[in-house]
Amino acid sequence: MRQAVATLTASCAHLYYVSSFTSLDRESVRHTGAESANRRIGFGEIKGVAIVSHVLSLRCKECSREYPVEALNVCDFCFGPLEVVYDYDAITKVTSRERIMGGPNSLWRYADYLPAEHNPAVDINAGFTPLLRARGLAELLGLDELWIKNDSVNPSYSFKDRVVAIASAKALELGFDTIACASTGNLACAVAAVAARGGMKAYVFIPSDLEAGKVLGAAIYNPTMVSIDGSYDDVNRLCSEVADQYPWAFVNINVRPFYADGSKTLGFEVAEQLGWRSPDHVVAPSASGAMFTKIYQGLKEFERTGLIGEVHTQMHCAQARGCSPIATAYEEGRFVIRPVKPNSVATSLAIGNPADGYYALKVIEASNGSAVITEENEVAEGVKLLAETEGIFTEGAGGVAIMGLKRLVETGKIKSNESVVVYITGNGLKTTELVSDVVNPLHIEPSVEAFEIAMAERAK
Amino acid sequence: MAAVEKVRFTFLDRLIKEPVIYRLGRDFEVVTNIRRADIQEGIGWVILEIEGEQSAINEALEWARSLGVRVDPAVGDVVEG
Repeated sequence: MRQAVATLTASCAHLYYVSSFTSLDRESVRHTGAESANRRIGFGEIKGVAIVSHVLSLRCKECSREYPVEALNVCDFCFGPLEVVYDYDAITKVTSRERIMGGPNSLWRYADYLPAEHNPAVDINAGFTPLLRARGLAELLGLDELWIKNDSVNPSYSFKDRVVAIASAKALELGFDTIACASTGNLACAVAAVAARGGMKAYVFIPSDLEAGKVLGAAIYNPTMVSIDGSYDDVNRLCSEVADQYPWAFVNINVRPFYADGSKTLGFEVAEQLGWRSPDHVVAPSASGAMFTKIYQGLKEFERTGLIGEVHTQMHCAQARGCSPIATAYEEGRFVIRPVKPNSVATSLAIGNPADGYYALKVIEASNGSAVITEENEVAEGVKLLAETEGIFTEGAGGVAIMGLKRLVETGKIKSNESVVVYITGNGLKTTELVSDVVNPLHIEPSVEAFEIAMAERAK
Repeated sequence: MAAVEKVRFTFLDRLIKEPVIYRLGRDFEVVTNIRRADIQEGIGWVILEIEGEQSAINEALEWARSLGVRVDPAVGDVVEG
């Protein structure tokens, strides 16, 4: 695979090498980046001044060995995951609240903190979603200050648009013409949508028992969709093998370090939308654990670069009983994740062996947070509660987060006078099966009399 | 066909005393190379590289599963939400 990538990269090196550099050639690269600002890059055009990403290298999260900025996700030595290393001194010099507020109304307003350069060809305008003051739900739960980060209104209706925005831009920089993923739904939709806009080839692998809404939500963009029969483990194993054998940017595998950092923008946005501060508590649903850890990283990066004060946010991870490897490890007081076979109605959280589970536990520890488990029979209740109190229709993951919040308040981990942000990461219209029992209209003949009789019946 | 796989074994307590990795090499003619591990009371995991004929690797991993070892890709699940 490396061979194929190298060939592609060499043929277009002048177009996208600008973000793959070390500190030694930073100045010359920065200059080149500005010069290339009005050239055609990849499939798109950047107008105005290009923002060059402040990436130094990739680094193993376990043994700290450093690697060049390539399509790599695992350390050759210890097999630990790689993460992006940034030049925070350089970011601090250029960043400011005003610079960010003057940027686009998308996650690219935080380009100084991202590992890929903005490429309009694959930009579907992800991010900068609403942060809503949730007064009705707050009153019900006895909270003074509750906010909902409604990321279910991204272009393909989940937070996955954020991570795919970065993965696809980076994939083009690195010379790939194909992006791929293995998904239980939301990620497939995001990959297919971005590829459609950018003229990239897309391969999405899905379990054959996926909900119809999620299959349609991805299929409409016309990717090559592969529906796989077999157990969860079978699907997982096949996709791992395919990723090893094909020269594609598999967004959550070989470009995972860049992909994951798209979720930092969930932290950035909340801090900005709260008036440049971090909340007392964050409650977020968790599957692989990556988004959860990156929200915290986003808040800490704003702190480190001087945009917000000291972060005291307590991070709370919510999982459903049928797939709760992170929360179970937390409850048992250990840092070893015991993989499980997922069996949850919250299908977007059904990751049995979470790649970032250990790091999610470390974030909980560092932030004095917690993990909370929502029972399977409460998930739909959480979805309905959010819809009925705040007018937001979320998928099962949102129900897990809302009921997790409720439990955190009931157990005193969140106090009534503390500020709370709950992340709603996916849209309910993709998984209507979960709450189909709410459909119960008054069914009448077309007359006022029939209407009034039906109303009287309903009032009983 | 020669192949290399990176896998994570998770052991529950009853298997921690078993010489599973030694037996992989002895009984299936695969080369094992442990890269990281954490064994605690009641649970442990080992991330290792296994090299050998693909058929031998498959048989070795299937045998480990039959013992009750949980076998996963070293990088975690690749299927996401």
